[in-house]
Order: sequence, then structure tokens, then C-alpha cells
Amino acid sequence: MRYVEPHAHMVSRTTDDYRAMALSGCAAVCEPAFWAGFDRCSADGFRDYFRQLTETEPARAARFGLPHFAWLCLNPKESEDLGLAEDVLALIPEFLSRPNVLGIGEIGLNKNSRNELRVLERHVQIAVERDRLILVHTPHLEDKLKGTRLILDVLRAHGVKPGRALVDHVEEHTVRLVLDAGHWGGITLYPESKATPARAIDMVERYAAERLWLNSACDWGHSEPLAVPRAALEMRRRGHSAAAVDALVYGNPVRFLSQVPGFRVAEGADLAP
Amino acid sequence: MSRPPEPWRRREALADLYYMDARARVLDLAAFLDRLDRAEGAEDHRLRSLRAALALLADGKEDRARRILESWSDPTTDPAPAAGSKGATGAWPGA
Ligand SMILES: [Zn+2]
Repeated sequence: MRYVEPHAHMVSRTTDDYRAMALSGCAAVCEPAFWAGFDRCSADGFRDYFRQLTETEPARAARFGLPHFAWLCLNPKESEDLGLAEDVLALIPEFLSRPNVLGIGEIGLNKNSRNELRVLERHVQIAVERDRLILVHTPHLEDKLKGTRLILDVLRAHGVKPGRALVDHVEEHTVRLVLDAGHWGGITLYPESKATPARAIDMVERYAAERLWLNSACDWGHSEPLAVPRAALEMRRRGHSAAAVDALVYGNPVRFLSQVPGFRVAEGADLAP
Repeated sequence: MSRPPEPWRRREALADLYYMDARARVLDLAAFLDRLDRAEGAEDHRLRSLRAALALLADGKEDRARRILESWSDPTTDPAPAAGSKGATGAWPGA
């Protein structure tokens, strides 16, 4: 089996996790910028984080033959402070040209506040001006439906080409909204919140499977770095063909991410299966 | 002649795969409700929302997962004046 992990916060994971992913058939890993579990004091903290995402993690992944890619932004959980947000937004352009950077992400909303929305719009502007891909985080739990609607309005208002934005962490009540708007949707496999493998595969069976991807979104919290290959196994157990599984966990992410000229998979992965 | 359904559309195959897991979850939920019965104090919005979802679970209509998630969601449309806390509780407190 081969797969792409399109959403993993590897700065929070061990080297053993990289090895386990490589052993499980991972062909590339993509890391969106996110919240560290605490609010950073200044833009300098983000400069160091962006260096970690564009220098340190690619080197760690390369030891296992894994290409590593990153998305850059100020995450919505730290977007209430508009002064800090402007300082971080000013940093982003200098890092955007680094070879492993895919685009702007994971931007989005957390508590659907006015300031979060303003910072989201600023990020979308940067992406549109530079014609970069966008990865959007949708809020948690009771805030997800409202936040998804607000996010889709922003993407539409700024003229984002639907096929250039992936809206992540969709569930049964948001997946149609995202796909009907023409965007890609990401299904996150978490032990408690978001989706289980069984629910994820239900959504794949019911909706536009060609514009969905699965991810583990593994980070410092309750999460599972091998969630994607585990869901792939579940899909096989349910009776789906090897080709259908490959299209979902490898073909789809490669198709979306190949819009970035520098995206590539591990040597030989494109020859399988 | 219609073709037989794919394995994931056959009830027996789905039961073979998922019945034991669903059985365990139903029992866990039942035991949780029993545990709440034995405890004291008021129920907050999370437990009220959970109990309301049980009715949707048993109404025999389609799209239960979507409808339950919607029942737990914030139905308002205006952005919040400020973020307040970073967390979410799992159910909209205003329901
Ligand atoms: Zn994430």
C-alpha cells in the first residue's frame, strides 16, 4: 500500500513516528502551520516555527526517504491579537518561496470571532495575490457548521478558485457544503472528535470521492499518526477494491498537491502499485 | 438482471464487520445513562443535548449522523464579537 499523509504536525511527533509512517507506505507528508498548545509571545516565535517547518522537519523526514512539505500561516487560535497577526503576516512572504512550501494553511476559524475572520481574510488575500493553494481548518464541534459557512463565504468573496482550496475536518453536516462549493474536502481521523474510519468511509461512499482526502492531523493531542493506512485497511475489509483505496489515499492527495510545481512523492512510490 | 450489491451495501456483511463494535457502544451509552441516574446534581447543556440526540437516533429517519451533528451545532450566523475561550464543549450551550 502507498498513501500520502496530507496533514500531520510532525514537530510534535517522534522520529519513531516518521519511521512507522515510512514503513506503512507513506509517500509524502504535509505539515500545516498550527497552534503549539500555547500562545506565542511574538512574531519571532513564528519565525523560528517557520524555520522548523521548512528546514528541520524536511531533514528529519528525509532520513526515512520521505518528502516533507509545509503550509504557512498564523493559525486561527492565535488570531485574536490583530497586532501580532500583522507581524506574522509580514513574515510569510519571505518563507513562501522556500522549496517545500505548498501554500497558505491551515488558516480558518476557531471560535468564529470577528478578529479571526479578519485574519482569515488577510491570509486569503495573500494566497490569491500570489496564486497559492489554500488549506483551511474548520472549527471544532459545535462551532464547525457556522464556521464552515463563514469560511465558504470568505473564499467566495475573494474569488478563490474552488479547486485551489481544500477545506479540512469536514463531517457529515459540512461535507456537502464544501463539495457543493467546488472545493476539496479533508476528513480527519481522530479517536474521539472529528471522524472515525468507519464514518470517513461512509462519506467517501456517499459523496464526491474524487475530491476528498483522509488525514490523521496527528499532533501533540489525542491522535494517531497511522490513521490513514488504518482507514485504508478498513476500506479493504469493507470490500472496496485496492484500486479504489489507492485512488483515495494516494491518488487524490497527489492530484490536489501536484498543483504545486515542487510537490513530489518518495522515490518509486509513483511506480506502485 | 440486476447485479448483486457491493459488500458494503449488504447488511449481513456490514453486521459481520460492525455489529460487535456497535453493540459495545450501545452498552457503554446505556451504562453512562445509568451512571448519570445514580449521580446527583443538575445536568448541563452537554447532557441535555446528548439526551435530545437519542430521540433522533431512534426516529427511524435517514441521515442520523448529520442531523445529530446539526442538533449540537451553533445555529447563529453572525461572527462572535470576541473569541473568548479557545475551546468547544461538544454541544451548543444555547440549545
Ligand atoms: Zn492541523
